[in-house]
Amino acid sequence: MIEVIDAERCTSCDICVNVCPTNVFDKTDGIPVIARQSDCQTCFLCELYCPEDALYVSPFADDAQAIDVIALKQTNAMGSYRRAVGWTDDTRDRRAVDRSYLLFGH
Amino acid sequence: MTSKAHRAERVFAPTGSVEFDADVLVLGGGPAGTWAAVSAAERGARVVLADKGFCGTSGATAAAGTGVWYVDPDPAQREAAMANREKLGGHLQDRRWMARVLDRTYQQSNRLADWGYPYPVDDRGRSQRNSLQGPEYMRLMRKRTKQAGVTILDHSPALELLVDGDGAVAGASGVRRQKHDRWIVRAKAVVIATGGCAFLSKTLGSNVLTGDGYLMAAEAGADFSSMEFSNPYAISAAFGSVTKTLFFGWATFSHEDGSVVPGAASKGGRSAIARALLRGPVYARLDKADDDVQRHMRASQPNFFLPFDRTGIDPFTDRFPITLRLEGTVRGTGGLRIVDDSCATSVAGLYAAGDAATRELICGGFTGGGSHNAAWAISSGTWAGQGAATYASQLAAPARRQLSSAGTIAFRSRSQRAFEPAALAKDVQAEVFPYELNYFREATRLQGSLARLDAAWRDASDADAAGKADILRARESAAMLATARWMYRSALDRQESRGMHRRDDFPDQDERQRHYVTTGGLDEVWTDIRPHAEASFAEAAE
Repeated sequence: MIEVIDAERCTSCDICVNVCPTNVFDKTDGIPVIARQSDCQTCFLCELYCPEDALYVSPFADDAQAIDVIALKQTNAMGSYRRAVGWTDDTRDRRAVDRSYLLFGH
Repeated sequence: MTSKAHRAERVFAPTGSVEFDADVLVLGGGPAGTWAAVSAAERGARVVLADKGFCGTSGATAAAGTGVWYVDPDPAQREAAMANREKLGGHLQDRRWMARVLDRTYQQSNRLADWGYPYPVDDRGRSQRNSLQGPEYMRLMRKRTKQAGVTILDHSPALELLVDGDGAVAGASGVRRQKHDRWIVRAKAVVIATGGCAFLSKTLGSNVLTGDGYLMAAEAGADFSSMEFSNPYAISAAFGSVTKTLFFGWATFSHEDGSVVPGAASKGGRSAIARALLRGPVYARLDKADDDVQRHMRASQPNFFLPFDRTGIDPFTDRFPITLRLEGTVRGTGGLRIVDDSCATSVAGLYAAGDAATRELICGGFTGGGSHNAAWAISSGTWAGQGAATYASQLAAPARRQLSSAGTIAFRSRSQRAFEPAALAKDVQAEVFPYELNYFREATRLQGSLARLDAAWRDASDADAAGKADILRARESAAMLATARWMYRSALDRQESRGMHRRDDFPDQDERQRHYVTTGGLDEVWTDIRPHAEASFAEAAE
């Protein structure tokens, strides 16, 4: 489930509020809030669309987790999905690396 | 292509609501909905698309990656593509539909390339078009939908259809949940592209898929087909949401004590996993994937690895606990019954596309993987959009029709007892999640389940109308309940094992039952059987 909106990185663009398919976030005067965490379906799409790598979705789908944001930011996890699918300027070439055609028919 | 003249018209509406006049209203903004909207707009229709979430991220495809039943137009390849799925689907497919879906999917997938979808190129320089990355694909489809002049309403779940005096569908209304008001779209035709029902099981991207469109369509009088084929379960890490069953083709499955689960496999052995899970935890390790396969997996599906990388598990060398998450009618094959080549339903003005519509025509009783469903979404979306646009353009009397709301359950004030959506959703899950009820079916257990589900329907029907804050959840839970009743009533009628439908009391396929089961109804659920297309052709020829 979504666990982190990092106040240092968030620019209050509200893209996460708009794109979340299950309406987990609410807009505020400042940074958005995780208003309905239990509605999170752990699809990772808010994180993927966040241009600032300010979000972190924990892979645990059913239970909330306590996250140490400072420790988390020392890892490469925030923004790792965006980089992997080629949605950052540095990784654009990855958008066309799908190799599923080699895996089908197994 | 974009033209102001073809935009839906926003009309004056009372405070607290927003109203549009359109030719075609599309409900749902996944692959089927966006293809329908673009196709209707290309025929000159003024189109509104209302999505429960955000068109581009909502639905089963957006979060995932999907194979696509894309086959070169070579007769031998096409023949093989059709033939090799017939046994799996219990011989309920229809060759004519398979051929037209292959044709249409091929054309439209190639259009995606023209629109800039970054298909991969193989070592021999050929563009490979039998797989789509969900986020990339749906971001592109949103862009194309807007460019086609379609008005998109995001976070605007539909709650009920509007019908005219003759019972023809003529729009819908719902809520704009982030703007805290209501929307009403008067349209000459409506396309239901709201997906299937996965019962809030958290199978990847599917929690927006609660059968809402089924309920709305049934209230307008539509019926369903093949709803008994509704019990696929996807493999995921026990703690996670990411279901990518293909990758478990390289897994070894084991019990707690490390012994291998006999017969367990992602393909053709998932029931062994379900049986083992009834007795205790089951673990997987993708130890059959060599270095090349591991690399291809990472490149193809980065999201598959998020649950592992973020918990420090190496899925190729470490054992991790797995579970099976119900995919219901999302990867089942049933849905709204299609009555003609334009994907019309049995109700005038109402069309169906994608997982909301039956896929029996190309899948019979089994899909597995997204490949056929993705092809169906593209093809049926295109046909439904075109069909709805054509119907709208031929509809006489542009004068305003008197419209009424078709919604029933959760709208009717009948008592002082409150409608409790969360409790109802849990009650439905308790009937559809357990493997011993849904995976392994048997008459007595199905009857027991149906008795409880029917009682829940009576209770919910007698409850007070849901309030503004609860109405969406109330309608979702009611839709899940209705879906479960259509599923199990159909499952009870099919006294054999065929496709994914598996009966403990009738373990074999019975050739006398090579027919379709039709269902429908709200307070009283009914079933009926329809002959398979080939049988009806044979009769006509006699």
